[in-house]
Formats: sequence, structure tokens, C-alpha cells
Amino acid sequence: MTAPATAIRFDEVTLGYGRRPAVHHLDGEIPAASLTAVVGPNGAGKSTLLKGIVGTLKPLDGRIRLTGAASRTPIAYLPQAAEIDRSFPLSIYDLVAMGLWSRSGLFGGITRKDNTRIEEALAAVGLTGFERRPISTLSGGQMQRALFARLLLQNSPVILLDEPFTAIDAKTTADLLELVQRWHDESRTVVAVLHDLDVVKRVFPQTLLIAREPVAWGETQEVLKPENLLKARRMVEAHDPHAAACHRNVA
Amino acid sequence: MIEALFSPFAEFEFMQRALVGVIAIALGGGPVGVFLMLRRMSLTGDAMAHAILPGAAVGYLLAGLSLPAMTVGGLVAGVVVAMAAGLVSRLTALKEDASLAAFYLLSLALGVTIVSLRGSNVDLLHVLFGTVLALDDNTLLLLGGISTLTVLALAVLYRPLVLECVDPTFLRSVSRAGTPTHLIFLGLVVMNLVGGFHALGTLLAVGMMMLPAAASRFWASDITLMMILSVVIGIASGICGLLLSFHLELPAGPAIILAAGVAYVISLMLGREGGLLWLAWPGRHLEA
Repeated sequence: MTAPATAIRFDEVTLGYGRRPAVHHLDGEIPAASLTAVVGPNGAGKSTLLKGIVGTLKPLDGRIRLTGAASRTPIAYLPQAAEIDRSFPLSIYDLVAMGLWSRSGLFGGITRKDNTRIEEALAAVGLTGFERRPISTLSGGQMQRALFARLLLQNSPVILLDEPFTAIDAKTTADLLELVQRWHDESRTVVAVLHDLDVVKRVFPQTLLIAREPVAWGETQEVLKPENLLKARRMVEAHDPHAAACHRNVA
Repeated sequence: MIEALFSPFAEFEFMQRALVGVIAIALGGGPVGVFLMLRRMSLTGDAMAHAILPGAAVGYLLAGLSLPAMTVGGLVAGVVVAMAAGLVSRLTALKEDASLAAFYLLSLALGVTIVSLRGSNVDLLHVLFGTVLALDDNTLLLLGGISTLTVLALAVLYRPLVLECVDPTFLRSVSRAGTPTHLIFLGLVVMNLVGGFHALGTLLAVGMMMLPAAASRFWASDITLMMILSVVIGIASGICGLLLSFHLELPAGPAIILAAGVAYVISLMLGREGGLLWLAWPGRHLEA
């Protein structure tokens, strides 16, 4: 047996805003085809970490490498409270169809086969019959379902979800978790930021516990031990205005 | 009655030219206005319309009422102000609307001063309110060219433009087309404003962009339909305005914008998509 391939590799990565680190010296890797939860208190750098992986935020230090299939196709990324302009006159069908961007690009048309795939994605999230509705009429849960349908169409080997189930009811969460499970069965690499530790224990085999610095990383049962959670909770949220430059790894 | 509608255009060449001019302006300006509105940049359009004035004025100072000089001057000034306002808002604490307001007040004052340095009040009126009834061949070609280019460019950029309005984070995660698309769109805005400037002047050019677009929002919940409607409303306002100006001896530019304004007010009152009438009397609620 060979060691599992790596999808995302972190080399002493520090991500942050200005010079303030939000994720400090993260080193390790996310194996391909793994299902990883990222947990930690608010302000622990979870969303920042995902932005770093997508590439919208450049690391202050260190580097993030995507390898294998992850380096060839764009990552599918669902941001926390996606900044979608709900007042824009657009149908749900069109919103979901954007998931085909990596195939159709700027100019490519949508073929009959694509049409079937869009219908299938809408059916998979339980939004059949909503095609022509404008996005302004969707409830929060329905919007999240539509965004999951778009992720389905993106057909990416790496999927990042930032708090996908916040303010979503139990039924919708269960349906969407089934999709996450399906992606895992299809050997896609899935990373999700979550707060519900029960869901993490039930569905996610791997967990990264982070509180600005990585606290624990590995098998979920090991990571979510009480002593680790306590350590994460002690993270100081406030900035230290007199912080000096960090010299770790310099010498 | 029908005589009054058709004979001005059949008999007088300047009316025919004006008609072609306003149709060209409506074809390009309407869709650009719809995107400006949906991107919440309506005031940006207004500010940029004033911003082209000093450029056009410098062209006028150098070459008189010359089409190429004023066009090039206007394009350069519009692009410079758009870029400068963007940079100021990105690099300093001032938000883009405030920096645009600052730039456009400055441009308007500067432009009027430059025109007055050399010209008469007639020329100043020409620059401020345009000469839709005195469009020559070259100006018509320019207007036609601008609207052709605009419609083609919007057709090509449609997808990234829509996506950048709806979900910019998603666009950034799948493509780098966002920033270039935005810049090309700003270029289209400036071009259409310069075209509108020749016919309607610096103060009213933006009217043929924003009023039809705002009116169309009250009738359509679909962006394609909205763009088509904005063009139709623009052309209809142009024709009404020209006829009003012909029969009642009103200044043509303001008459066109007033007609568009009437279309907007009617839409605001009666529009099926959120017009005041439907808000006031929505009817009984439905069963499901």
C-alpha cells in the first residue's frame, strides 16, 4: 500500500490581514479524497484558511501547494454567507448553470446535455420546479440548496465549504450532508468549516482544530478530545497592539 | 393627427438626422444603463458624464467645435476620472461615491471655465445641453459606431458582467475575468456618455442611459427583457421629445429627457414589478 496522495500541502503557512496573522504557522497536508472538518472558536482563522486555499488571499509567509487533480481544475468554494446580490433579476436556473463555468467559460453555449445536468443537479438538492423563479424569492435554506446544486455542477475534485449549515434547518442540513457524503464516496477532497461538533463526529473522519495556531489535526475522535477543545477555547481574540515581528523558523 | 406624427420626420432632414441620432443613443445607452443600475453605479454614470466635460472643453479650446478633438478629449477625461476615483477609493479611506462627487464637481467647474475662456454663451449652451437638431454625418457615424460596438461588447461580456454583479466571490474563484470586464464596462460607459454628449450635452447625456433603464426595472424581472424594454423606452422618448420640440418649439435635448422622465414616472406609478399602484392596492392575498 502506498501512502495516500496529497491534495493540499501547507508549508509553514501564515495567513492574515495587514501584518496580523489569522492563521499562524500551519504545517501539514490534506490527503486527496479525504473528508476534513475545520473547527475552532470564532476568529480562529477558519474562513481565512479557506480563502488561502482558494487563492483569494495570499499567504504572508510560507506557501500552499495544490497537487494532483487539485492543481488542474478550479476549486469549488462556497463562502460563508455568500455575497449574492439577491435583488438581481436572475432565475434559479441561471444561478445554478454558472456552475458549468469551467466548461463553458466566458462564451461557450449550454448544450442539451448540460441542460440535463442542470436539471439533475436541481433534482439532487430538491429544487425541481423552481427553475424559473427569480433568486429574490428564495428562502435562506433554498438558496443554500441552489448553491449546493451549483457546486455539484462545478464537478471539482476539491470542494471547500465555509459554515454551510449555519442558520439552516435540520431537514435541509441532512439532505445537504448526504451530498457531502456522496462527494466523499466519489473520492473528492472535501474541507468544511463547521460548528456543530455532533455533525463532525458523525460524518467527518478527519478534523483540523484551529485557534489561530493549529491545535490538533488528525482522526476526529482524537482531535475532539476535551483537553484539545479547552486549549482552543483559551485563544486570545484581541490583538496585541505591541506584538513584535515573528521570528519563528527564521534562525 | 397622423400628419403631425410623421410629417416632421418626412419633410425635414434635420429631424431625420435627430431621429437616427436618438435611436443610436438609445440602442447603446439603454443596456449600459441597465447594467449601471444593477451594479448600483447610477451615480457613477452621472459623475462620469460631467467628468468628460473638461476633456471635451480642452478639445474645443484647441480646435473649436470639432468632433474628433472633443471626442478624444472627452474619452481621455472620462477614463482618467474613472481611474482616479477608483484609485482614491481603493488607496484612501474615502469611499468611491464621495471621491466621484469631488472629481465631478471639479471637472464641471473646470470645464465650464475652459469653454468660457474662448467661446460665447452659445457655445457654452451647446456643450452643456448638446445640439441634437444639428447632427452632421460624422457625428451620426460616431453615434452609430458607438452603439454597434456597445451592443457587440455587451453580448460578448454578458456572462462575466452578470456574474460580477450577482456573485463576485464566485467569479473570482472560477475566473480572472472580473477586473478586465469591469474596466471594459467602464470604457463602454465613457464611450456612450461621449456619444450622448454630442447630442444632448454634458448635463443630460446620462439621462438617456439611466431614465429608460430605471423605468424598465418596473416592468421586467428578467435582465434580457429589461434591456430590450430600456431600448424601446429610450427610442420612444426620443421620438416623443423630438415631436414635442418640433410642435411646441421646445429645446430638443431637454424635451427628450423630459419625455424619458415622464416614462419613468408612469412606470414608477403603474409598473407591474413593484410600482406604487400595486404596492398601495396589492389585492387580497392568495391561497398558496
